[in-house]
Amino acid sequence: MTTSLLEIRNLTVRAHGNPAAPLLVSDVSLRVERGTVLGLIGESGAGKSTIGLAALGYARAGTSITSGSVRFDGIDLFQESESYRRALRGQRIAYVAQSATASFNPAFRLLDQIIESSLRVNRLDRGAAQERALTLLDVMGLDARTIAMRFPHEVSGGQLQRAMTVMALCARPDLIIFDEPTTALDVTTQQDVLKAIQHAIELQSTAAIYISHDLALVSQVADRIHVLRHGCTVEEAPTIDLVTRPSTPYTRALLEAGVHETTVGHRDAHVALELQGITAGYQTGSAIVRDVSLAIGRGETLALVGESGSGKSTLGRVVNGLLRPRTGRILFDGRELAPSIHNRPLADRRAIQTVHQTPDTSLNPRHRIEEIVGRPLAIYENLGRQQRKDRVGALLEQVELSPSLARRFPAELSGGQKQRVAIARAIAARPQILICDEPTSALDTLVARDVLALLMRLQAENSIGCLFITHDLNIVRSIASRTAVLRHGQIVRAGYTSEVLAPPFDDYTGKLVAAVPTLPRVDPEPALTLKWNAG
Amino acid sequence: MTIAIAALQRRRWHRGLWPYIARRLLAGAALLLVLSSLIFLGTALLPGDAASALLGRSATPAALAELREKLGLDQPLITRYLTWLSAFVQGDLGNSLMNGRAVSDSIAARLGNTLFLAGFAASIVIPLSIFLGLFSVRYRDSVIDRTITFVTRGLVALPEFFVGYLLIYALSISLGWFSSSSTVFPGMSLSSRVVATVLPCLTLVIAITGHVTTMVRACVLDVLSRPYIEMAVLKGVPHGTIVWRHALANALSPIINVVLINLAYLVAGVVVVEVVFVYPGMGQFMVDSVFNRDIPVVQASALLFAAIYIGLNLCADVLAVLANPRLGFTS
Repeated sequence: MTTSLLEIRNLTVRAHGNPAAPLLVSDVSLRVERGTVLGLIGESGAGKSTIGLAALGYARAGTSITSGSVRFDGIDLFQESESYRRALRGQRIAYVAQSATASFNPAFRLLDQIIESSLRVNRLDRGAAQERALTLLDVMGLDARTIAMRFPHEVSGGQLQRAMTVMALCARPDLIIFDEPTTALDVTTQQDVLKAIQHAIELQSTAAIYISHDLALVSQVADRIHVLRHGCTVEEAPTIDLVTRPSTPYTRALLEAGVHETTVGHRDAHVALELQGITAGYQTGSAIVRDVSLAIGRGETLALVGESGSGKSTLGRVVNGLLRPRTGRILFDGRELAPSIHNRPLADRRAIQTVHQTPDTSLNPRHRIEEIVGRPLAIYENLGRQQRKDRVGALLEQVELSPSLARRFPAELSGGQKQRVAIARAIAARPQILICDEPTSALDTLVARDVLALLMRLQAENSIGCLFITHDLNIVRSIASRTAVLRHGQIVRAGYTSEVLAPPFDDYTGKLVAAVPTLPRVDPEPALTLKWNAG
Repeated sequence: MTIAIAALQRRRWHRGLWPYIARRLLAGAALLLVLSSLIFLGTALLPGDAASALLGRSATPAALAELREKLGLDQPLITRYLTWLSAFVQGDLGNSLMNGRAVSDSIAARLGNTLFLAGFAASIVIPLSIFLGLFSVRYRDSVIDRTITFVTRGLVALPEFFVGYLLIYALSISLGWFSSSSTVFPGMSLSSRVVATVLPCLTLVIAITGHVTTMVRACVLDVLSRPYIEMAVLKGVPHGTIVWRHALANALSPIINVVLINLAYLVAGVVVVEVVFVYPGMGQFMVDSVFNRDIPVVQASALLFAAIYIGLNLCADVLAVLANPRLGFTS
């Protein structure tokens, strides 16, 4: 029997300090054969990265491997010395991190960082290594000679992510660990980078572990998929089997969370909010949004989609009065709103509330939940202490949280719970317009699905108009009656969602729609082919 | 091709850097102008003036008035300021009221002594504190790290004059290795000059090393927690290379800043140490002049100190910019 390239047996990883804390990884076994790609799927906290790092013989500070073994090409990594493991890293096992922006050293040019591992053990001399790096950059679809001499801050996120893949490939490793390499990128960029990575892997027939939380994405590159949850193995199967015939309820739920039913019909409603010819930007520089006009009906959801940098959030800031537009008017219930929030009367401020993308930054970490949710009640309704307390309890129940959480601090809650608190704070003001700025993009798939359902229920119950900012077209299909596509600050397409997201497309919308990774429907019948399946 | 790109980058870089330095120099000059008026006003507010200091208590009012007229002290403040300033700009720092010699000559000799002492101390402090800082990072949270932190912080907390007298007691009085007063004179050989200044130099080293070491340690530790350092580990880069190359390059800007501010302190802040060791430097000179109401000397030295502070801060900023490609002079 030939040995697998990587064989992890009964790996258990624990965090130091608290012996009662759950294991980071519990008794996980997996194999990677030469030239194949294993997808590692799971939500945050599933132990994906910990396993990926263990494959490099590395445990983060504060964690330790309590049992099990990691064998690379028959060598038990954790039985060897640190210097032995160091010699393998970068040479035979390479790593591609999630955030390329943070993982490149800002002080050195890309080329020097890319060839660093290749030079170290004299596999190549400097000239040959540079030559190879330039060739690989070319393969990844980059303008090699320009990019190579740049510093990390002079290059975009998508380009950096490709450069990092080149950095991993440069020393011709046998195994590459991709740790969510496209998560931080825009949908369209994501697809390009993914294809480039796939191309490069095939070219060198390198084996890889591809870590991600996005099942649809991984199914495009992986031969086999290993599903993790809370540090434990859920199931492992060849990709095609796993996505068509999942054998566990958890995998089935993951698959179904990605498929949203179209539930929203057309509806013409009384116009609640209207933007007329809004142009806005920051103090210096050109305008971020140009001449944008749109309207939101009472109780209606308008989705605003586009890539990062397209001006979605800027428009949201104009609506809630944080950014004064250069030209244009904002009409609410038919009358003009003051451009700046400082000039808006309390009633107008109250009518427009916001749910931000990351609750970690939008909830004050030093305030208890009751203060956070109670603040709008104090400002807008002048409620006394006891009344406020009762209302906070009721609001928490409305967002499906236990009222007992009121005394907690945000840090004591999970990501999904924090976002629910942010929603409770927004609806506490009884708004008529809710601006949701990517409210679910920082959450895990299943949590995101529930939070989204909650938002839609509250919106329907209270007939709140919603400006829903997102880049996720799956969500748009399921919640928005109308959609506006924003590009470089201008609306390139708008109308009923069913029409906007259906052919014939303009170039840009077509590209956005095509970039969404799709899964075949979960079906008892097999024999479905996958797009771009590497297997 | 690669070389051509590098040359292009260098050109772009200079285009941005020189205007930046010019802007900073202009701002520095403006700041000096403001400071000169404050210094002038400050010396004018001192109780008693040069005339009364020169003539002593027994002076007759007539003699005082005559001397004031001779020194120009009867003119309005603004006129005196402008006269002083224009002479100053032309390089005429005036004459000492005490001995009538040109202020520039006396200052030149004193400044040389101060710069020598500062340079001597800096040549020990900078390598020592960078070494100690990196050493405590390397053995972080170990006994070595804790000892370094404890000792350096403890020494920072001691007042300089106390350290000075302690050194005199130990090394001069008890052991008799060095003389307790640091006498230097023109034409002294370098080696005997070094021996003469060992004690004040040691005092300065003890006062400053702790501060710089703490900063080096903090900056490098901060950089070591960044994701690109973990990336370097996962690329198989050896630990020494990570600290010396990957981390130090990014910690350089703040380190340069703290080093140069301490250099400014070495030049302009050593009054106490010079007095303790009776060292003929700028600080001692200025203290004597204030005591004697030798206004031209006080004004010239104060302005000189200000210029040194501003100049070193400018150097710190320019070097920090050069050490950091993100501050915009590479794109």
